[in-house]
Amino acid sequence: MRIVHVRGGVRLNGRKRRAERGRITSLPIPAYLNVPLKQHIGAPAEPVVRVGEHVLKGQLLGRPPGPMSAPVHAPTSGRVIAIGAAPAPHPSGLDTPTITVQSDGEEQWIELAPPIDPLALDAAAIEERIADAGVVGLGGAAFPAAVKLRLRTRHPIHTLIVNGAECEPYLTCDDRLMQERAEEIIDGVRIMLRALEQDRSGPSIRALIAIENNKGDALAALKKAASAHPGIATIAVPTRYPMGSEKHLIRAVTGKEVPARALAPEIGVLVHNVGTAFAIHRALRFGKPLISRIVTLSGGAVASPQNFEVLIGTPVSALLRAAGGLRQPPARLLMGGPMMGAMLPHAEVPIVKGTSGILALTSAEIAARPAAPCIRCGTCVAVCPCGLVPVEMVSQIRGGRLEGALRFGLLDCVGCGTCAYSCPSRIPLLQYLNFAKGELTARERTKHKAEEARRLAERRRLRLAQQAEARAATATARPRQQHRHPEGSEATGAPDRTTNPQVAA
Amino acid sequence: MFAAVFCLTLLGGALGLLLAVAAQRLKVNDDPLAAEIEALLPGSQCGQCGYPGCGAGAIAIAAGEAPVTLCPPGGRALAQRLASTLGIELDLSQVADGAPMVAVAREDICTGCTRCRKICPTDAILGAPRQLHAIIRDACTGCGRCVEVCPTESLALHPVAVTLETWYWPRPQLPI
Repeated sequence: MRIVHVRGGVRLNGRKRRAERGRITSLPIPAYLNVPLKQHIGAPAEPVVRVGEHVLKGQLLGRPPGPMSAPVHAPTSGRVIAIGAAPAPHPSGLDTPTITVQSDGEEQWIELAPPIDPLALDAAAIEERIADAGVVGLGGAAFPAAVKLRLRTRHPIHTLIVNGAECEPYLTCDDRLMQERAEEIIDGVRIMLRALEQDRSGPSIRALIAIENNKGDALAALKKAASAHPGIATIAVPTRYPMGSEKHLIRAVTGKEVPARALAPEIGVLVHNVGTAFAIHRALRFGKPLISRIVTLSGGAVASPQNFEVLIGTPVSALLRAAGGLRQPPARLLMGGPMMGAMLPHAEVPIVKGTSGILALTSAEIAARPAAPCIRCGTCVAVCPCGLVPVEMVSQIRGGRLEGALRFGLLDCVGCGTCAYSCPSRIPLLQYLNFAKGELTARERTKHKAEEARRLAERRRLRLAQQAEARAATATARPRQQHRHPEGSEATGAPDRTTNPQVAA
Repeated sequence: MFAAVFCLTLLGGALGLLLAVAAQRLKVNDDPLAAEIEALLPGSQCGQCGYPGCGAGAIAIAAGEAPVTLCPPGGRALAQRLASTLGIELDLSQVADGAPMVAVAREDICTGCTRCRKICPTDAILGAPRQLHAIIRDACTGCGRCVEVCPTESLALHPVAVTLETWYWPRPQLPI
């Protein structure tokens, strides 16, 4: 199959060597686990357990309040010791609602549903089981997987791309997963295909597993596992950041471009990460909810970089300890890759469903230099994979003209950071762009609130007018009574009480 | 030369007459600008700007007597929209954006007098006589009128807490 050239992008030093050799190992169960109620895009889950309650491994801890959400489950058996705010794995260092489970070390599973053949289920049943297992996109964005699959009802899907590109440096979690659990990934892909092919006439859906060509072993393992299934093919894509970005991968593999601010399913393509395919396999074949994931621990400060299967909710500090600690205090702690990952305020934050890696970087690796003036060299324009003009957007933002940045396509920026990485003056272009996006969203929120306040004020004005009218009507109907006891009714507030519906209710 | 002078004088006179007639015939009585500005203002009639209600405030802005930054509940976003409506250059970084506030009731000293509930311009306070009052945070504009009428000082304005949903990266601090 021909690979379409994608504009821009940058070839990065992979730095994957150190962590890619060792097999995936399981981590000892930590003393306690912090399970945030919101680890996905959408509404936070609502707790269904109480403090002090004993929970079993895989038991439901939080229920989704609506369709655009995902449940969370107990990663191990133990006692719920707290439900409340705990630090989130987020650069802000703010708290997030979290359920803390103290593990009892027993690893006692709840009773799992008897195994069934998922390939015999219909699409709705498959999607329901995926949703109940709390499976979200494991590539990093954590979009609920079932919601994404359900988009098939709105847009006809012709291609399922399984994203194994893993373009971020350091990270090798998908690489190891593909090498060690290729059969299971293929099974997850078949289950997704089964759901997508439901009540569909015409040509069957093709599944393409896209892997960057620097992962030869993973490519070979999946090719072998997929050989028995004619609808599933593997495809090697060039090693070029940001190949793992949904829009860019679709462009490379199918030659189609996702329109500005549109979703991939609108052009008939659905993209799921290989880790998500594996989680779907586990959820459907064994009824096990998503309570663990593969996490790459790497970076210059880490003594022995490796991939671990980590329970969701494990504190980063516990992971660092279990992996043999650090060689030196890290200059920066990151969750995710070095290009798009989130800086962590400290190591006492939990591993969540969207955590692909924990990187402890040394100051030599960060190579931070102070920003110099822009020389208008145009490098950022040349490398931008979205075809934008970061230099112009940022000069608009610097001048306080955020609308100007919008005109230059700020909302089409995927935030990959290629511009900031390539800038010879080390201008923090990405931070400017992220600031502008956040500020515009905040203004939008303020505007919405002002509109709501105006609506409420108008409703109140109408209500008060109606009440005054009603009072006037009563007064004219009973002029004498009103005349005789004016003070009495005023003092007790009787007119208000009888006519105000709020109080009466 | 006389022909040119004559032509231009005639042209000027005719166009001037046209403008004078148009000014009379197409006269607008209400100030449309004030109405436009009032539509932008929050409309909660809170009076924090120092004018009695949003309508009076809008007239003052239209007349150039009040700055576009007068509305505390509207904040920076409103100041910017007003500036673009009036065609004024406004350096938003200079606008002191008072952090958005929300009223919070201290439960132990609320007597349930319902005074705040009656005065709240957006009906953001829920309560009944001699019952603890609660504030609907999403509807509260932080105008502070309830704080003024509270007899027990149970109510106070607090800055709206930043959450993971509302946090965003700060603007980079660069000398250049």
